[in-house]
Amino acid sequence: MGGALLIIAALWQCKTKGAASATASDAAQKVYVAPGTYDEFYNFVSGGFNGQVSVYGLPSGRLLKIVPVFSVFPENGYGYSEETKAMLNTSHGWVPWDDQHHISLSLTDGIQDGRWMFANANNTPRVGRVDLKSFRTMEIMEIPNAGGNHSSPFITENSEYIVAGTRFSVPMDDQPDVSIQSYKDNFRGTASFISINPQDGHMNLAFQVLLPGINLDLSRSGKGPSHDWFFFSCYNSERANTLLEVNASQNDKDFIVAINWKKAEELAKAGRGMKKSVRYAHNTYDERTHTATTKWETEAIMLDPRELKDFVYFIPCPKSPHGCDVDPTGKYFVGSGKLAAVIPVFSFEKMQAAIAAKNFEGEYDGIPVLKYDAVLHGEVQKPGLGPLHTEFDADGNAYTSFFVSSEIVKWNVESLQVLDRVPTYYSIGHLCVPGGDTKKPWGKYVIAYNKITKDRYLPTGPELAQSAQLYDITGEKMRLILDFPTVGEPHYANAMPASLIKDQSLKFFKLEENNHPYVAKGEGQAKVVREGNKVHVYMTAIRSHLTPDNIEGVRIGDEVYFHVTNLEQDWDVPHGFAIKGAATAEILIMPGETQTLLWKPDRAGVVPLYCTDFCSALHQEMQGYMRVSPAGSNVPLKFSTGEPEVQ
Amino acid sequence: MLLIMKNKLYFFSFFLLLAVFSACTDNTPTADATAASAAGQSAVQDDVSQKNIVQIAVGSKDHTTLVAAVKAAGLVDALSNAGPFTVFAPTDAAFAKLPKETLDDLMKPENKNALSDILEYHTFVGVVKPEQMRDGQKLNQVNLKNITLSVQDGKVTVNGSAQIVASVPASNGIVHVVDAVLLPPK
Repeated sequence: MGGALLIIAALWQCKTKGAASATASDAAQKVYVAPGTYDEFYNFVSGGFNGQVSVYGLPSGRLLKIVPVFSVFPENGYGYSEETKAMLNTSHGWVPWDDQHHISLSLTDGIQDGRWMFANANNTPRVGRVDLKSFRTMEIMEIPNAGGNHSSPFITENSEYIVAGTRFSVPMDDQPDVSIQSYKDNFRGTASFISINPQDGHMNLAFQVLLPGINLDLSRSGKGPSHDWFFFSCYNSERANTLLEVNASQNDKDFIVAINWKKAEELAKAGRGMKKSVRYAHNTYDERTHTATTKWETEAIMLDPRELKDFVYFIPCPKSPHGCDVDPTGKYFVGSGKLAAVIPVFSFEKMQAAIAAKNFEGEYDGIPVLKYDAVLHGEVQKPGLGPLHTEFDADGNAYTSFFVSSEIVKWNVESLQVLDRVPTYYSIGHLCVPGGDTKKPWGKYVIAYNKITKDRYLPTGPELAQSAQLYDITGEKMRLILDFPTVGEPHYANAMPASLIKDQSLKFFKLEENNHPYVAKGEGQAKVVREGNKVHVYMTAIRSHLTPDNIEGVRIGDEVYFHVTNLEQDWDVPHGFAIKGAATAEILIMPGETQTLLWKPDRAGVVPLYCTDFCSALHQEMQGYMRVSPAGSNVPLKFSTGEPEVQ
Repeated sequence: MLLIMKNKLYFFSFFLLLAVFSACTDNTPTADATAASAAGQSAVQDDVSQKNIVQIAVGSKDHTTLVAAVKAAGLVDALSNAGPFTVFAPTDAAFAKLPKETLDDLMKPENKNALSDILEYHTFVGVVKPEQMRDGQKLNQVNLKNITLSVQDGKVTVNGSAQIVASVPASNGIVHVVDAVLLPPK
């Protein structure tokens, strides 16, 4: 025994030494993108607690862009400029942060089409839409009757709908104040279906499906034969409201919730839903006025499957399922019981047959529960510990992340045989195969988004870099070829070939299309206008001066709005604007755009202002002054640029 | 109900392993199936943080068989990861109650699945402290089979046979030392 122990221990210790060299010898070549050349893929990575989405190039892992969605971003003034503030309006007031977990990319016939990216906000339930021409957040909609918008914003095959499923069941908005102990009676989950306008991407809360007080976790739409269905995983079928760590792990099976959204859509259109009085913010950004506005919505259509039968079914699934993923053929869906040691794979065809034969094991809160064995295609046995998420390649293989055992396991969807396994460093959460959630996976790589980094990079105190790892999956064996750090905490990510979007990328905004109410389309239109205590500065920026750059007649107590229009019509010539004492951020103004900084002078004096983006050789000269006089002062309002100096 | 946490100072017999470790060369591991258990968090060099479940077991002179079994089953990294886990840790004396041939069989590479099934039956994903345990409480273990706790006079027994004799908090969960091996129901 002792001898065996020593040998095993020795083996274990030796292996640890090889960790750093566990990459393939040609890894450097595989990830090298020569200076001046492009990556093959865009990788859109959720930012978790930074509330943003970051964009990386693959295979290099180079950070290309951070797209602020649910969080203010001082780097470019998102959420700080007067134009963008309204994007963060909610029924709870102005909420400048959120917890951004998942993204989805718009699809046409189940294939990425490069139009939009959708993002969820988990904390104050919202969904957002980013335009992939401008890489800007164009719309954010709050979700009523919801707590914890985790199971979101997954998308149907033709971008008909994105969904918003509640991780936290809560009392509905029309009966908010109930005892926590009355959880089982009064707390509900909802699955919201948000329709997407195929022309402009605009979102609309089409209907909500009322569910028992379970915790919806993740979801995927069907595809091909299962096109009409949406599958949600759930945990806490125990409906515990305290110490879920123990109390929500009592049942050996929870559920996959299968919703026939086509049927639900018909029911909603036929007026079979209840009209619920709600209040939620719907914020849209207009690219012509360069301004966001909030519309307050007041109604939601609620469909109750206990009364409107035959469009919601529960499928037992071991054990606190997390990921719920549909394979490219749409014939199979995979539940990943995050506490389980098997991966159940369900058959859509069998599910249809079981529904037709009413092969139920009973009901759960008035919703039929199908028999596990009747829907099961099979289980992947002993795949690893703690399966979380599954993505697919185009060859019938699945890649599942395992948090507890910290590895990616490749297995075959038809045969359920484990084909390969590879460790991740450490404790992988989500993973992504480019297009690996669609009908047409692009394959080539699987990327691990890890939860723990520990010793993988130079240490930076207690708070470490977040980490992603790139694996080559072109061969039979997965091979680790790159570690790259990420910002925020990466949850779900997806990737698409750069060729789908790079040529449509916007270079600048056309000045002639700028309909901002305070635009100055040329230096001749620059001016300063006083309206009571509000002072509007119609300012222009062009290499290398601001107009006006000398302003007097502003008084303490004024609110000064700097409406800065960037007059450039050239690629990659932003200007920035900042003024001493501004209690917000700088603003960054793209060519042809107008953005506004609000500034409230707090003392008399002459205050410098300047361009914050190094725009030209004379960038340092791109500066000016504003004179602030005491309240009640008689200093006349005047402004100028380049006025002859007084001799 | 409260069990007193034994703040036992475990004795390290680790110097032997360290000697072996220092003799290792920097081999590049081959991409075989064993790679899954290679170089996870168990390899992180960190002498400062609270000990995880594996480190506690390795540091215990009463758990050499369990440690050997965890290694043979390829669960060292899993149990060094974030967890959280509640591990019921049979002592060497508990393992000695099993027929010797049964134990020897389990340690053979071809029986790795059976061994890991038994070890997974000793592991719950989540932290259950002694004071949270209730008489008749069931815990669904990693291998998807239930154990049942009974609590009498402040003593907790698992499946009516294995008594918790000490509980040691770990960075990634808690270890309950038990005096019998739990065998999963067929």
